Amino acid sequence: MSEIHFQEMASKSWLNILTFLCGSAIGFFFCSQLFSILLGEQGDTQPNILHNDPHARHSDDNGQNHPEGQMNFNADSSQHKDENTDIAENLYQKVKILCWVMTGPQNLEKKAKHVKATWAQRCNKVLFMSSEENKDFPTVGLKTKEGRDQLYWKTIKAFQYVHDHYLEDADWFMKADDDTYVILDNLRWLLSKYSPEKPIYFGRRFKPFVKQGYMSGGAGYVLSKEALKRFIDAFKTEKCTHSSSIEDLALGKCMEVMNVEAGDSRDTTGKETFHPFVPEHHLIKSYLPRTFWYWNYNYYPPVQGPGCCSDLAVSFHYVDSTTMYELEYLVYHLRAYGYLYRYQPALPENILKEVSQVNKNEDPKVKLGNP
Amino acid sequence: MLSEGSSFLKGVMIGSIFYALITVLGHIKIGHGNRMHHHEHHHLQAPNKEEILKISEDERMELSRSFRVYCIILVKPRDVSLWAAVKETWTKHCDKAEFFSSEDVKVFESINMETNDMWLMMKKAYKYAFDKYSDQYNWFFLARPTTFAIIENLKYFLLKKDPSQPFYIGHTIKSGDFEYVSVEGGIVLSVESLKRLNSLLNTSEKCPEQGGMIWKISEDKQLAVCLKYAGVFAENAEDAEGKDVFNTKSVGLFIKEAMTNHPDQVVEGCCSDMAVTFNGLTPNQMHVMMYGVYRLRGFGHTFNDALIFLPPNGSDND
Repeated sequence: MSEIHFQEMASKSWLNILTFLCGSAIGFFFCSQLFSILLGEQGDTQPNILHNDPHARHSDDNGQNHPEGQMNFNADSSQHKDENTDIAENLYQKVKILCWVMTGPQNLEKKAKHVKATWAQRCNKVLFMSSEENKDFPTVGLKTKEGRDQLYWKTIKAFQYVHDHYLEDADWFMKADDDTYVILDNLRWLLSKYSPEKPIYFGRRFKPFVKQGYMSGGAGYVLSKEALKRFIDAFKTEKCTHSSSIEDLALGKCMEVMNVEAGDSRDTTGKETFHPFVPEHHLIKSYLPRTFWYWNYNYYPPVQGPGCCSDLAVSFHYVDSTTMYELEYLVYHLRAYGYLYRYQPALPENILKEVSQVNKNEDPKVKLGNP
Repeated sequence: MLSEGSSFLKGVMIGSIFYALITVLGHIKIGHGNRMHHHEHHHLQAPNKEEILKISEDERMELSRSFRVYCIILVKPRDVSLWAAVKETWTKHCDKAEFFSSEDVKVFESINMETNDMWLMMKKAYKYAFDKYSDQYNWFFLARPTTFAIIENLKYFLLKKDPSQPFYIGHTIKSGDFEYVSVEGGIVLSVESLKRLNSLLNTSEKCPEQGGMIWKISEDKQLAVCLKYAGVFAENAEDAEGKDVFNTKSVGLFIKEAMTNHPDQVVEGCCSDMAVTFNGLTPNQMHVMMYGVYRLRGFGHTFNDALIFLPPNGSDND
C-alpha cells in the first residue's frame, strides 16, 4: 500500500516540479516583456529640453553611420547660411570669364566629368573641347586627331570656335586641361584690376625661349578679349602659324609677335597664383628635386614651402579625380571658424564703392567680413 | 489537478520576482545610467545669426578667449615624422600643446611617460595635465599624431557648453551596449571630467593597470570604462546636418568612398564644413591641410562669425 502510494507521490511531485518550472519560465518571460515596455517608454521621454534639435533622429546608431539614405542634398545650403557671397556674386557679373577645357573622348568619364561636377560651374560659360563632338556630355568637336602633338592644333581651333561663337559673351577667355583645378573667384579678383580691352594674358610665367616669357599650358592661362582678337587675327594674316606642337610655347611666341603682354599673375605679396602641380608638390620643401626642369623655367624666383602659393591661388595642375573633389571641399567648404586670415587683400576699387553703398543701408554693426 | 495548478502559479510568481530582482540589480550595477542619460546626446549646435549680430567685436574676442584648450599628443619614437608634421602644423593653434612620449627622443622635446603601454601613457598624461593645468585650461584634447585637428572649430562646438559639466566628446563607437570615444578621432574632456577621472585614477581598483586578462583592451575603451564609473558618458559630436565633426578617416578616404557611393553628390555628401578632426594623414598631407584650412579660399566669400581667432605668432604656414 505504501509502495503504491510512494510511486503515486513520486510521479505527482515530478509533475508538480514540471508545472512549477513552466510557471516560472512564463512568469520570467512575461515580466521581461512588461519591463521592456515600461523602460522603452522611459527611453523615449528623455528630456529634449537642452536642444533645439532639428533632426528627429536620435543617434542610437553607430557614430560611423553616414546617413546616406537620409541625406538631404539641399543640406549644403543651410551649412552655408552664415556665408555672405555678395562680393563673389558682384565679381561674377563684372568679370565675365569663358572657360574652355581641353579634353578628349577617352577622358570624358575619367577626367572631364569631375571638372564639370566641380569648378566648371563657376565659369560664366564653359565649353569642353574634344577632337570629336559629343552631344550628351556635351563637347565641341574640333575635328582634329587626339594626342600630345595635336595640342596646338586643338588650341588654335578651340580659340577660333570661341571667337566665332562667344566673343561678346565674355571679357576673358580661360584655357584649362581636364586635370587642372581652377578657382574662378580668385581669377576674377586677379583680373578685376585690368581692362579686357588691354592686350594681356596671364598664367604661370616661364622664362626660356620667349623674351617676355610664356605661360605654362597645364597650369592654365587666360586671355583678355583683345588678346583673343589678336590671336585669331594673327592666323588670318599668317603672322602666326602652326609652328610647333608645343602648345604653350607656340602660343607664347605668337602672343609676343602680336604685342600681347605677358602679365604678372602673382598676388600683392609676390606669391604665385597659377600652379603647374598639386599643392603638395609646392608646399613640401624638397619635394621637387633640385635638378628638376621646373627650377630653371620659372620666370620669377621659385619658392618651396608655404611661400610657394598664394592664399588666393587660381589653379593647380596634374589634379586627379579624387583631388579635384578634395580641393573643392577645402576651398569652398571646410574652414576654420572665426579665423582672421593673415592675408587681407584689398577689394578692387570699383567693387569697394558698390559694396559700401549697399552696406550703408544695413545695420552699421554688420562688418564687411574678411574675404 | 489543484496541486499542479498551485505549483504553476507558484512558479509564475517566483519567475517574475526572480526577473525583477535581476533587472533591478543590473540597473544598480550600471550605476547612474538612466539619470545621466540626458547628457549623452547634446547635438552641439551653433548660435543663430541674430544672437551673433548683437555681440560687439570686443565681446566676441572675450568670448573666444574664454575657451582654453590644452592639447595632449601621445607619441612613440616611430611616430617621429608625424610628430614633426603635427608640431609644425595644427598644434600651434592649441592654447598649449605638449607631447607625451613613451621614451626620450633626441630630436624633439617631450614629457617622458616612461612606458610603452598606451593606456598607461594616457593615464599618466591625464594625471600630469590635471595636476599642472586644471586651473589654467578648461578643455583637454587628446590625440595621436596621425590626427589633424582644427582647434577653432572645436571651440565653436564648445560654444554654450559649460566646462564645469562633465563632457567627454569625440567620434563615438558602439561596442554592444558600451559606447566609447575613439582615440583616432581625438578625445575632448571638460575640466570637470578630467577632475573626476583623476580622482578615480588615484583609487586604482576601478581603473585597472592593464587591460583584459587574455587580450589587451584598447586604451580608448579603457578610458570609457573608467569615465563611466565616474558618471561621465561618451557623446558623439555632430553638426546641424547630422554629420560627424570628429572623423577617424582622412578627407581623401571620405572622397573616395563618396565617389563610389554617391557619385553625383561627392562633396556635399562628404564631410562637415565645420569638421574638427581627420585621421590617417601622412605628414605631407598635414601641410596641405594647413594650407587648405587656414589659407586657401575663394575671394568674395565672407562670414560673420561669433568668435574671433587670431593667427598664432611666429608662424608662416597659416
